[in-house]
This record gives sequence, structure tokens and C-alpha cells, in this order.
Amino acid sequence: MIGQAVADGILTGAIVALGAIGITLSLQILRFANFGHGDVLTLGAYAALAFTAVATAGAPTGPLSFGWQLLAAVLVAALAAGIVAVAVDVLVYRRLRSRGAHNLTMIFASFGVALVLRNLLLLAWGPDVHYYTRTLQIGVEILPGVRVLPDQIFVLALAFALVSIFYAALRFTRTGMAMRAMAESPELAGVCGVETGKMIRFAWFVSGALAAVAGVFLGLTVQLRPEMGFNLLLAMLTAAILGGTGSLVGAAVGGLLVGLAENLSVLVIPSGYKTAMPFVILMLVLFFRPQGLFGAMERRSR
Amino acid sequence: MIGVLSYLVFFLSIVLVLGIACLGLNLQWGFTGLFNAGVVGFFAVGGYALAIITAPPNPAFIANLGLPWPVGLLGAMAASALVALVIGLATLRLRGDYLAIATFGAAVTIQLVTLNWQSLTGGSLGFASIPRPYSGLFDGQLGYALFFLALLAAMTALVYWALERIVRSPFGRVLKAIREDETAAIALGKDARMFRLQAFVLGSTIVGLAGALYVSFIGFVSPFDFLPILTFQIWTMLIVGGSGNNRGALLGALIVWGLWSGSGVFIAKTVPVAYQTQGAAAQSILIGLLLVVMLVVKPRGLIGEEPAVSRHLA
Repeated sequence: MIGQAVADGILTGAIVALGAIGITLSLQILRFANFGHGDVLTLGAYAALAFTAVATAGAPTGPLSFGWQLLAAVLVAALAAGIVAVAVDVLVYRRLRSRGAHNLTMIFASFGVALVLRNLLLLAWGPDVHYYTRTLQIGVEILPGVRVLPDQIFVLALAFALVSIFYAALRFTRTGMAMRAMAESPELAGVCGVETGKMIRFAWFVSGALAAVAGVFLGLTVQLRPEMGFNLLLAMLTAAILGGTGSLVGAAVGGLLVGLAENLSVLVIPSGYKTAMPFVILMLVLFFRPQGLFGAMERRSR
Repeated sequence: MIGVLSYLVFFLSIVLVLGIACLGLNLQWGFTGLFNAGVVGFFAVGGYALAIITAPPNPAFIANLGLPWPVGLLGAMAASALVALVIGLATLRLRGDYLAIATFGAAVTIQLVTLNWQSLTGGSLGFASIPRPYSGLFDGQLGYALFFLALLAAMTALVYWALERIVRSPFGRVLKAIREDETAAIALGKDARMFRLQAFVLGSTIVGLAGALYVSFIGFVSPFDFLPILTFQIWTMLIVGGSGNNRGALLGALIVWGLWSGSGVFIAKTVPVAYQTQGAAAQSILIGLLLVVMLVVKPRGLIGEEPAVSRHLA
């Protein structure tokens, strides 16, 4: 039982982590909690669905339920969601920023963007559940009593690789350094010659692309629904805060912990309350360690 | 004619209920600058609290106390205040967006509880037979509907009057000072955190009152009356009407609910039954666009906040 819950938790956690990176980027660099992020994730998942509708998900390759076409779909989805994220910034957030709008006004706008995006997807694909492929898979017993699907292992490996690449880029490239500088202080980074406008667009693109990948993974391991991203939003926000403000690295760890907590909770509480776990964690973190696991303290003056 | 009249009464009753919620949000956002992303959560807590307190005892439920309506209203307000207090204590010392995240999480969690705690909330079916206050005094449907409308109008007037007193009092001026420049307010010796907490709890209490009135108006309670879109609708009302102005909050409730139900009727009449979900989606897109466009183009709203000028200068 516990083993299976841990395995499921790590899988959910990997998906939440990919999404939470984008939340952290907007919290740090753009200084607002992006409530539209969940629906960018959904958009990515449906962009991949549109692609597989044309190219199909491909013939099953080895133990996996899909072929190379789905990998291409992941790329298409990442590109599409990244572009949409940048476009929304240009259309809405940049205008508000240039007017010096309060960061709470930005949250607000992100609510509106979320609602519009979600319902556009609902208009296009309807309220029903979709799948990339209907190929049935047999779980592999990786440990006694712990079964996982080959697709899940694939998702986990790719998520791990992406998070590693992202953090390596953040750590070792010039762009990564500029990004970290922006996270510390956008003003100071600007003074030091970082092209802040370009970095903001880049941050939006990366956050949209990673969310899209998370969306495809969620669609592959669960299913596609218009509310899939919105329902994951609380988990992603919690992961970002648990990981810690001021730390771009924390989000992935936070995501993993939130995923684990959700899936382990079913051992003690009714499974209907599973999705309330992020809120419990959120309240505990805010009460006892508001700077998060890896964060520096950022208190409101009192 | 009677049909049109009773629809009008129904429509206005909903406008007043949502108007009260909008007034509560206005105290939080309009006057104090607090972002409550879980309005529907407090609305639901108020609604369920009233239902549980006033519904007649039933062996299938653990609570259902069958107490009088005024007790139910007070209980509903106390319950929302309590939830707000816990969330406020956790978040109001932190960055402003943490309150948004925590209230959003609270609303999600409250929805889960209403869906899952069968013996308290009736689960996904909810429960009916919530007594309608003073309904014994009236024979006809319409007569009672008119009476309830008058009751709601009186409640709205009371809340409006109280809030106008509050925001024009020294307390209200501190709230605005905190919203405009927190550091300056603190430098003047005001405990910003305490003031924010009070404004947040009071605003949520009013939202809870609105939820309780809503449930006594429709006579039953179920999770599907408290969907996340409601938060959004109330926010849009406030922004369209003009945040920081209590008359704006009420005007926004009238306009946005009018647009919402108008477009709903239009879609129901013109869109084939098979596409009603898509029609509802179009309605949500409309309201989302209204909010974003309003924020970008006319952030003050239709009637924005009155400029505050010292009476010594005027």
C-alpha cells in the first residue's frame, strides 16, 4: 500500500513540479501569483491533442502506449503554450506593468485570462474527457506490490530530465544567471545591464512550455479535461510556496512533496479529501515557515 | 404579466444578495487592498451554516439543529468570520499575494468538504427543506417573494449604511491609508496587520451573511450553488461598478448580473440544447473579457472612489 502510494505520489509530484516552476518564475520575476498558469497547462495538453488528432499518437513503441508522434506533440504543445504565454503578457500583463499597476491587479487579470482560456478550450473541445491513445497497458511490478505503467516511467524520466536541464541552465548559462538576478531584484538586474524585457518574455515562454509538458504528461497518465489544469493550480501554488520564495530550485522539491503528501494522505483520510492536502500544507507553511523550505525571508513590514 | 413580475422580483433578489457579497468584498479590496480569491468559499460557509442551523432535525444528518432564522444568520456570520480569522492570521503578515493563494485554497477545500462530508452537508445532493423565514405569514407565492425582496432590501440598506459609517470613520481612513502607503500608515503608529485582519474578517462576515441570505432565499443548499465562477462574478461586479465605492459595488451587481442572466436567457433561446455547455462557456468568456478589458481600459470602474479631501480644505 505505502509503496504504491509513494510511486503514485512521485509521479503526481513530478507533474506538479514542472508546473510549479512556472509559478515560481512569475512569483519571483514578475512578482505576482499567476492564477492563469493552470489553464496554460490545459492549453498545452489540448495543443498536443490537436496535433495527435492529425498525426495520431503513433503505433505503440515497445512497452509504451504511443509512438514518436506523441513526442513531437510534446514539442508542439510546449511551443504553442510558450507562445500563448508570451502573447498574453504582451496583450495584458505588459500593459498593466507599464501603467505601474499593483501586483494584486495582475493577479486579478490572471484570473480573467484563466477564465477566458479555460472556456475557449471548452468551446473548442467540449466538456467531455479525451485521451491521446486508447491502447491498454499492463502495469509492471517494479517492487513487490508496486505496479507502474511503462508510460508513467517514461513521464517520470522525462520530467526528471527536463527539471535537471532547467536547473543546469539556470546555474551555468548567462541567461540563467540573468534570470536568477531578475528573481533577486528586477530593478537591480536592469541596472546591471540585464535586458529585463527580454528576460520577462523568456520567463513567460519557459513557464508556458514547462506547463504544457506537464499538461501532456497529465493527459497521458490520467486524461484530458478542460478543468485539468485549474484543478492542479492549488497544488502548483502550494509547491511554489513550500519550495520557497527567493529560490527557483525549491519549486521542484515542493512539487514532489505535494504530490507525495496527496497520495500518502489516502492511507489515513477518505480519498475525497486528497486534493485538500495542498491547502493543509499551505496553511502549515504559512503559519510556521512562510519563507518555504529553501527561501529567504520576505516579510511584509508591520 | 405575473410571470414577468415574479421574474423581476427573483432577479432583483439575487442582485441584492450578490450586492451584499460585493459590499463585503469592497471593504476588503476597495478600501483595504486585500485580495480575496475565495469569495465563494465564505459565501458557501455562510450558506451551509444557515442551512445546518435552521433545517429541521433529520436522522440522516449529524447537525440540522432546527433553530430560528435570526440565530441561523448570526451563526452563518460567525462561521465565516472564524474561517477568515484563521486564514487572516496565517497570511496577513506576508506578501499580499499569499492571502490570494490561501483564500483560493480555502475555497477549493470548502468545496471538497461540502461534497464529501455527507452527514453534515448532504454531499453532492445537498439538502432541501430549509425553512423560509416568516413564510407562515403569507399565502401567495408572489406575496412572499415581494416580502423577501423587501427583507433583502432592508438588509442591503443596513449593510450599506454600516459600511458607509465604517469607511468614513477614523477606522476607515486608516484602512485607506494602509492601502495607499502602508509604510506611512505604520510610521503614524497604526498596526497595519491588526487593521488588515479586522477588515478582512469583517468583509468575509458580510460575504457569509450574503451566502446565508441566498440559501434562505432558494430554500435548499448544494455544492453546485457555490462554484468557483461565483468568485469571479462578484469580483467583476466590483471592478465594473467601481471598487472603493459602495454605491459602485451595488451598481456593479445590478449590471453584471443583468448581463449574466440576459446572456444566459439569450443563449438558452438561440443555442440548440446539444450545445448548451458551449453556450455557458461563451458566457464565461464574456465575463472574463469584461473584467480584463475593464482593468486595462477603465480601472476605476463606472463610478470610482470619491476623492478624499480633508474637510479643512474643502
